[in-house]
Amino acid sequence: MGAQTPNGFKLDNSGKRIVVDPLTRVEGHLRVEANLDSDNVICNAVSSGTMWRGIETILRGRDPRDAWAFTERICGVCTGTHALTSVRAVENALGIIIPENANSIRNIMQLCLQVHDHLVHFYHLHSLDWVDVISALKADPKGTSALAQSISSWPLSSPGYFKHLQIRLTKFVESGQLGPFKNAYWGHPAYKLPPEANLMALAHYLEALDFQKDIVKIHAIYGGKNPHPNWLVGGVACAINVDGTGAVGAINMERLNLVSSIIGRAIEFVEQVYLPDVAVIGSFYKDWLYGCGLSGKSVMSYGDIPENANDYSAKNLKQPRGVILNGNFSEVLPIDHGDPEQIQEFVAHSWYKYPDETRGLHPWDGITEPNFRLGPNVKGTRTDIKELDEGGKYSWIKAPRWRGNAVEVGPLARYLIGHAQGKVEFKEPTEKLMKRLDLPFAALFSTLGRTAARALECQWAAHQMRYFQDKLMAHIKAGDTATANVDKWKPESWPKEAKGYGFTEAPRGALGHWIKIKETKIDNYQCVVPTTWNGSPRDPKGNIGAFEAALVDTPIADPEKPLEILRTIHSFDPCLACSTHVMGPDGQEMATVKVR
Amino acid sequence: MQMPTPENTKRILVLGIGNILWADEGFGVRVVEQFHRRYAVPGNVTMLDGGTQGLYLVNFLQEVDCLIAFDAIDYGLAPGHLKLVRDEEVPKFTGAKKVSLHQTGFQEVLSAANLLGRCPRELALIGCQPLNMENWGGPLTAPVRTQIAPAIELACELLAQWGSPAKLRTAPLPQSDRLLANDIDHANYERRGRPI
Repeated sequence: MGAQTPNGFKLDNSGKRIVVDPLTRVEGHLRVEANLDSDNVICNAVSSGTMWRGIETILRGRDPRDAWAFTERICGVCTGTHALTSVRAVENALGIIIPENANSIRNIMQLCLQVHDHLVHFYHLHSLDWVDVISALKADPKGTSALAQSISSWPLSSPGYFKHLQIRLTKFVESGQLGPFKNAYWGHPAYKLPPEANLMALAHYLEALDFQKDIVKIHAIYGGKNPHPNWLVGGVACAINVDGTGAVGAINMERLNLVSSIIGRAIEFVEQVYLPDVAVIGSFYKDWLYGCGLSGKSVMSYGDIPENANDYSAKNLKQPRGVILNGNFSEVLPIDHGDPEQIQEFVAHSWYKYPDETRGLHPWDGITEPNFRLGPNVKGTRTDIKELDEGGKYSWIKAPRWRGNAVEVGPLARYLIGHAQGKVEFKEPTEKLMKRLDLPFAALFSTLGRTAARALECQWAAHQMRYFQDKLMAHIKAGDTATANVDKWKPESWPKEAKGYGFTEAPRGALGHWIKIKETKIDNYQCVVPTTWNGSPRDPKGNIGAFEAALVDTPIADPEKPLEILRTIHSFDPCLACSTHVMGPDGQEMATVKVR
Repeated sequence: MQMPTPENTKRILVLGIGNILWADEGFGVRVVEQFHRRYAVPGNVTMLDGGTQGLYLVNFLQEVDCLIAFDAIDYGLAPGHLKLVRDEEVPKFTGAKKVSLHQTGFQEVLSAANLLGRCPRELALIGCQPLNMENWGGPLTAPVRTQIAPAIELACELLAQWGSPAKLRTAPLPQSDRLLANDIDHANYERRGRPI
């Protein structure tokens, strides 16, 4: 049946339906269903996910100063960003201010996460949507060397280097179970890179894998340990003692210099490897500009990276803050996280129960009462759903909306808002890249645009790390070594009741935590995460979310092998509740595809 | 800490993985937490709460000769069944078709370390078949919880074989030195957790 959504997408859920379902022990997870028309173009998309079922069930009654340690466990990839958002929420509720050094160190840790996450996401998940590993085995190493040297001064580019690598890769691919690249769509017609470019990208896949471990050392240094760095309400958990010689936990000159050198190498890697790779890959996919979705219409960024401590207003945040609605890029609307009319979550199509499901709830008043009911047109059973009914409830993800509007969040949203605000640091690199690719600006509204914005942001973030590291060093040299404010550490100093919010820009988009404190304990706690925005189901008015919108109108070359769907979903860098690493005896596929 | 001697210069990582927020998913983390609390190990042995860090754990693996990993496993066994998987039997693979990087399994960490040419020479996976992994905020179930002590015993045997025996602590480990703090240690987490 054909229908038009209020946010402007034409949907038709007749015809062939593809179901892409990750095989995990936790039911549902992120599942995508899509209808194809007679030309195999997606004409309806359904995104369904298993997020956690409300962190408040675990946090209620606990000490607000411990909330970060719980939220850090929601996800193994976003650990630090949840912890930062949590301590900001508690500080906001209790009116706690933090020292400048704490702000600089938090910024460095958050930027570090952005650099690390963007790099790892691109090379170890997303690049394989564009790069054909098997084709790389056929490459001429001399040609790869010539290509690499034509785009970058990165030293690892000799024919011998690529030849050696190709031999190693061939061994891996031929070694059966050890082949790390099995379970993919190699040879798929949607792969467009020549073998030489594939080999170059694969070499960088390995180099990135090796390099990423150095970047996380920054978290170990400023967070005391890694994984699971320590955070602190009122500042940061590390002390500064420049004269110390390896004192346990304290930051001395040697540690500070180590951070500086890692930042330098991160900048080099991003500028000489990651960005040139994205430009080369992009140049072969200029005719694959699908996946626009909401990006050309409605995008949102909370903003992050405060220049000065304790000021979270748009003008003090180095990452853009605001909302663009309905394609009106000449106006960036202000956000107020405390306004009950702005950010609301709806559950009309989610497996939860509200007293009135036509209305949304602001996170301070959020409730998470499960209600697993399937729509009348579902195919299959409650425990084995063959096909969801998007007319009814169909996801564990709630539908967050800003003033009733579905929005896209993430690096592309941040760059589009920064561009609309005329900020030169976002505008110039974007325009330069588009010019280099000989593409119009509007080509950014695409899957490839998301991928490009992530790479550009990685470069920006690496330079900002340098900026805040220098700022921190200058403060320390001037004698300021304060890293925490403990004036309001004791619960006796708190009001009887308080509420607050904290926000960050996680690598994959806007993240917010809302807290209510009563008698020194947590009374309610809600997280609205980036993948809830992007992966949301429909709202009561029928607006579709970013994943669903981005899939519509994409042609699928082979319905049995929907590489194009994975490519677009991956471009959002989705976060699922991390609980999927249970070991099985054989190489289970990470996704099944069924065509009905 | 004990100085390494020729017998125990193997670098050994004892790693617990899993998500403590999803009931039995947290098995691996809870085992390493209790192992560390009850036992002291020589200086060449590191105990690590790996959580759900996935690929980000690769550097820890690259630095060691032997690995013991505690995790929930799905071998189709009865809930609470403990299984020791050794060396070549430990699965290593990467699936490119996964939907999110957050699906990175431990297999992939091994596979990544392997690809970089620095995978531990000796691998031991001590796994437990879970009963319930969908109880958000819930405790370890009884059949899984009772396998914590036997899992530690198994690890102790392996460490002894590798010339690096663990010894029961003579004095209780201070709160500040424990692997999990801030109310997410096993006892406090379950004392106050309210499963839905």
